[in-house]
Amino acid sequence: MAEQITMQVARYRPEQEEAPTFQEYEVPCPKDWVILDGLNYVKDRLDGTLSYRWSCRMGICGSCGMTVNGEPKLTCATFLADYAPGPLRVEPLRNFPVIRDLVVEIGDFMRKLVRVKPWIVRDDEKPVSEGEYLQTPQELDEYKQFSMCINCMLCYAACPIYGLDQAFIGPAAIALAQRYNLDTRDEGAAERHEVLSQHEGIWGCTFVGECTEVCPKNVDPAGAIQRYKLTAAMDSLRALVMPRGSR
Amino acid sequence: MSGPRIAGARHPRWFRPHVSTYWWLRRRSYFAFIMRELSSIFVAWGVIYLLLLVRAVSHGASRYQEFLAWSVRPVVLAINLVTLGFVVYHAITWFNLSPQAMVVRLRGKRVPPLWILASNYLACAVISAFVLWLVLAGGG
Amino acid sequence: MAKRSLEPFLWLLFSAGGVAAALLLPSLLFLFAVALPLGWLTPPSYEHVLGVLRHPLTRVALFLLCTLSLIHGAHRFRYTLYEGLRMQHLNEVIVPLCYGGAIVGSLWAGYMLLLWR
Repeated sequence: MAEQITMQVARYRPEQEEAPTFQEYEVPCPKDWVILDGLNYVKDRLDGTLSYRWSCRMGICGSCGMTVNGEPKLTCATFLADYAPGPLRVEPLRNFPVIRDLVVEIGDFMRKLVRVKPWIVRDDEKPVSEGEYLQTPQELDEYKQFSMCINCMLCYAACPIYGLDQAFIGPAAIALAQRYNLDTRDEGAAERHEVLSQHEGIWGCTFVGECTEVCPKNVDPAGAIQRYKLTAAMDSLRALVMPRGSR
Repeated sequence: MSGPRIAGARHPRWFRPHVSTYWWLRRRSYFAFIMRELSSIFVAWGVIYLLLLVRAVSHGASRYQEFLAWSVRPVVLAINLVTLGFVVYHAITWFNLSPQAMVVRLRGKRVPPLWILASNYLACAVISAFVLWLVLAGGG
Repeated sequence: MAKRSLEPFLWLLFSAGGVAAALLLPSLLFLFAVALPLGWLTPPSYEHVLGVLRHPLTRVALFLLCTLSLIHGAHRFRYTLYEGLRMQHLNEVIVPLCYGGAIVGSLWAGYMLLLWR
């Protein structure tokens, strides 16, 4: 005997309208349903034309981020019954262009991700025959939190700086750069510094902190950015004071 | 859609909502953030007020008393009360963010964020107590 | 680009100023802008205030507090204009006005605290 909930879902069909509209659907909400289940119910039973992204439905792929009652959320990790009887407003993720309905264009983030080189950069790779790179639990701890990022872009949706200026490289990209900078196996900090030290890099951030608030994986990108600001600033200071000192 | 993908790519059919200049009125957390940033104006006025005080002191006892009298005038007092409020707001938000901004390690283990927070507030309390003592009583 | 290379140093000064302002301004303003003018506390004698102010350590501490806090305020206000009023396109004017103001204030502070008397 599940209750019903009213979902107000944003629709945008560029071939027939100039701007998004809302469409209401009555959806059952058993207590174990998440918003994604509600959307799947709409698509399967009520309106097959609704477009949205999802995949793992368990909070690890980062595909199903949307704006729920004004808040960026993973729809697979947010319970429908919490909003009963509604109306529950589901909109596409903020700060990204909307392609159709709830689907946003994420190319900007993808390009920024590549720019920060989120992989181990080494001057020379150890051949496999020489064995593994060894790392203590403490060394792992340094970067483990930042490795939890699932690229869901909720932080970009929450960041007002990114909303105002799409050139800003953004929280997740910086957090992921830090994940590698702090990894003892990596030697690419200098290369990443080039990208991050531009004005649209870390210096555009004014520590609003919303990114950390909405992150579903407790990555704390705001903390990563502030810590990197200190590292970068100290490096600049060192370079100024000892221009020929070792980098 | 064809051709090389470049930063800031656009497509005529993508919908990009306009961001209002008053975006910071839409959410409580954004409003609190802008208030925190506006505290910068009041920090600057606080400094200027202190410098005006220094100038008055250096011009003699009567100028010092006149300055204190001037600062009780309703407009000045109102501004200064608001300034004090914003300066305290700055201090609180600054200290509260400090554990996020720095990771301190003692003998290999991470210092709990609460300790960093507590030591900031403790430092502020100790320094404030010293300032009060210095001005009101001690120092000879 | 000049702006790119200055940013880390401005941020360091901004941070130092934030710490200084947070630690010292509340008590100083409480005393001299509220409590003493309103007579909430027994006022110290003028001679005592002058004596404390004249002390070299007080002068240096106050000078550092004023300079760093002014730079802190200027830096933060600059970004508030960018974000709150979307004035990023005016940054050619905003940058000199903000930091220029901080420099003028710091020079005044230096003159009064370090050179006078």
